[in-house]
Amino acid sequence: MPSEHWTHPEPGDGPAAVAAQPSPEQVIAGLRATSEGGAELTQLLTPEGERVSSPQFDRYVDDIDAEALKGLYRDMVLVRRADREANAMQRQGQLGIWVPLLGQEAAQIGSGRALRKGDMAFPSYREHGVAYARGVDLKEVLGIFRCTDHSGWDYKAHGFHPYTIVIGNQVLNAAGYAMGQKFEGKVGDDDSEATICYFGDGATSQGDVHEGFVWAAVYDAPLVFFCQNNQWAISEPTERQSRLPLYQRARGYGFPGIRVDGNDVLACLAVSRWALEECRHGNGPVLIEAFTYRMDAHTTTDDPTRYRLSDELEEWKLKDPIERVRAYLARGGGADQAFFDQVQADSDAFAAELREYCFNMPEPPPERIFSNVYAESTPLLDAQREEFLSYLDGFVGAGEH
Amino acid sequence: MADLQKLTIGKAINLGLRRAMEEDPKVLIMGEDVGKLGGVFRITDGLQKDFGEQRVLDTPLAESGIIGTAVGLAVRGFRPVCEIQFEGFIFPGFDQIVSQVAKLHYRTQGKVKMPIVIRVPFGGGIGAVEHHSESPESLFAHIPGLKVVSVSNAVDAYWGIQQAIKADDPILFFEPKKLYHSGAMKAEIDVDGTPDPLFESRVVREGTTATVVAYGPSVKVALDAATAAEDEGKSLEVIDLRTLSPLDLGPVFESVRKTGRLIALSEAPSESSLTSEIAARVQQECFYSLEAPVLRVTGFDTPYPPAKLEEHYLPDLDRVLHAVDRSLAW
Repeated sequence: MPSEHWTHPEPGDGPAAVAAQPSPEQVIAGLRATSEGGAELTQLLTPEGERVSSPQFDRYVDDIDAEALKGLYRDMVLVRRADREANAMQRQGQLGIWVPLLGQEAAQIGSGRALRKGDMAFPSYREHGVAYARGVDLKEVLGIFRCTDHSGWDYKAHGFHPYTIVIGNQVLNAAGYAMGQKFEGKVGDDDSEATICYFGDGATSQGDVHEGFVWAAVYDAPLVFFCQNNQWAISEPTERQSRLPLYQRARGYGFPGIRVDGNDVLACLAVSRWALEECRHGNGPVLIEAFTYRMDAHTTTDDPTRYRLSDELEEWKLKDPIERVRAYLARGGGADQAFFDQVQADSDAFAAELREYCFNMPEPPPERIFSNVYAESTPLLDAQREEFLSYLDGFVGAGEH
Repeated sequence: MADLQKLTIGKAINLGLRRAMEEDPKVLIMGEDVGKLGGVFRITDGLQKDFGEQRVLDTPLAESGIIGTAVGLAVRGFRPVCEIQFEGFIFPGFDQIVSQVAKLHYRTQGKVKMPIVIRVPFGGGIGAVEHHSESPESLFAHIPGLKVVSVSNAVDAYWGIQQAIKADDPILFFEPKKLYHSGAMKAEIDVDGTPDPLFESRVVREGTTATVVAYGPSVKVALDAATAAEDEGKSLEVIDLRTLSPLDLGPVFESVRKTGRLIALSEAPSESSLTSEIAARVQQECFYSLEAPVLRVTGFDTPYPPAKLEEHYLPDLDRVLHAVDRSLAW
């Protein structure tokens, strides 16, 4: 049975003289309700910090005791602090651009911490939290935005593919990688491998994402599609991408889709673990729509005040992913003030380290322009490189007399 | 004792693919209809039967999907060989080719290798409907990070496809579809022999009056023109480029220094094309040796016309001979 958000006639309902248009309330309820996220939202920790039980998903976070939850809290605080520091550094002209993750910490830490060593993550360009969870040094991420490098980390060692900036390309790349895991027989039991792929609500309009759904489905690839629906693709709202809640699209491709509270780190962890387990056992792919909100701009070149109301932001602030964990820990006695103070101090130190690194980041030498264009270079490129470097050499000593 | 086999270009590629798959279990073939059907041109005929559905993938019908998943498979350590049915259908995959295939090695400072081959049947003369006869190779030769090869004969086809698959760089492999099954293009191949290097052009007919440089299906036209010119007492030197990126113009420069005249031949439109590049570089390198400007014989700067007009569109030996006469009249 279609969800309650479906406003269009089913075959057999009789002729419709006038196409049924969803009311604004229905659109909001189905696509971006700020109060509830619509029906079927999986949540384990409410915005008020109350633990709610889920017969389906509780078992996936049985091991998350107070200590483990404190770890997730710390992850989110550090990542947010790093994000704010990078944002500030861009404002000071130290970074060419920054892509803020503010508000999406739970989606990224929850899903990122659900991954295992043999798994591979294919990020878009906002996944600094997932990078952190995969053990990537955020200094290497900063290089991209200071424009000293395109991607610094060892993707194999971290199980974290380079950032992909063209919207949706990485979804197909991830599908291919997951097909490879399947072809190599790494699927079928508890110890198997899986792949997770990150993209936004805007990307769901791209052909590559559709094709990624098709490929992963027909090859039974162990791939978790992790859509962070942060409500806005720069200035285009979710309702400009879809008539249906995004998780419901999975049904059309023949695999499960689920909507999780993307601001609930516990629920994101549980749902991601479930989805990855499905993939490991050969039941993939799975689509997760993490229902969240981008609390800052799309990038530092964006101005969200031109296209969204401050009311919306204020409402989402009440659903802050970090505050609810803090409330839960504090209320239940899982953490005392000393813990929160320590995390704050750790995050300040983390940010200071990033700042110092950023300011002192070495600029790449000019010959880097020419390196690694090919695995096996070409005579033409070598000649061009030599010519340019000797041209530069001509300036050595100039202006020193 | 050499194992000599007389093969068409199509059969030579098929055998080359088979050899590559036997040699390396990480080699995969993927594309539309490449399995049971053996491809619309039957170039992959019999491979799925012998190597299974996991090594010869009949994919869903979407070019971006074929290329995009090949990228992920390459990241995983496979060596995908993608077939694009016709060159005119490559454009849905252009984004993945340009944005990911060409750049991942550079983006990661060499950590990610992209050993992908994209096979593209190209060129006209088969009386086809729109999007089935074009020559878009210059677009790919323009993209840093890609290598582009175009074979003109069965020997190069057999070795070239194997060398391309072994290479760690992504290679667009342009195949002259009109000549796939041509009996006239059959050649005797020592299938266990030693190939020439992949990225080198080659003089395929020596001459002294003028030089004609061509690639892919145009090499046959150039050779036919040279035979016809002989009757008129003109001796044409013909060079098969073989590699379009990197462009190996060494033998062309050498030849121009000898003949003083160059005709660049291609089915593609001329503006901003490989023939433009050849003309620019030859005037730069051989300025004092040239007796006449570099002339180009190409398709026109129009979309590929309806096939009833393609005999006018495609450069034929008469247009080559006319260009030789214009060069000599300078």
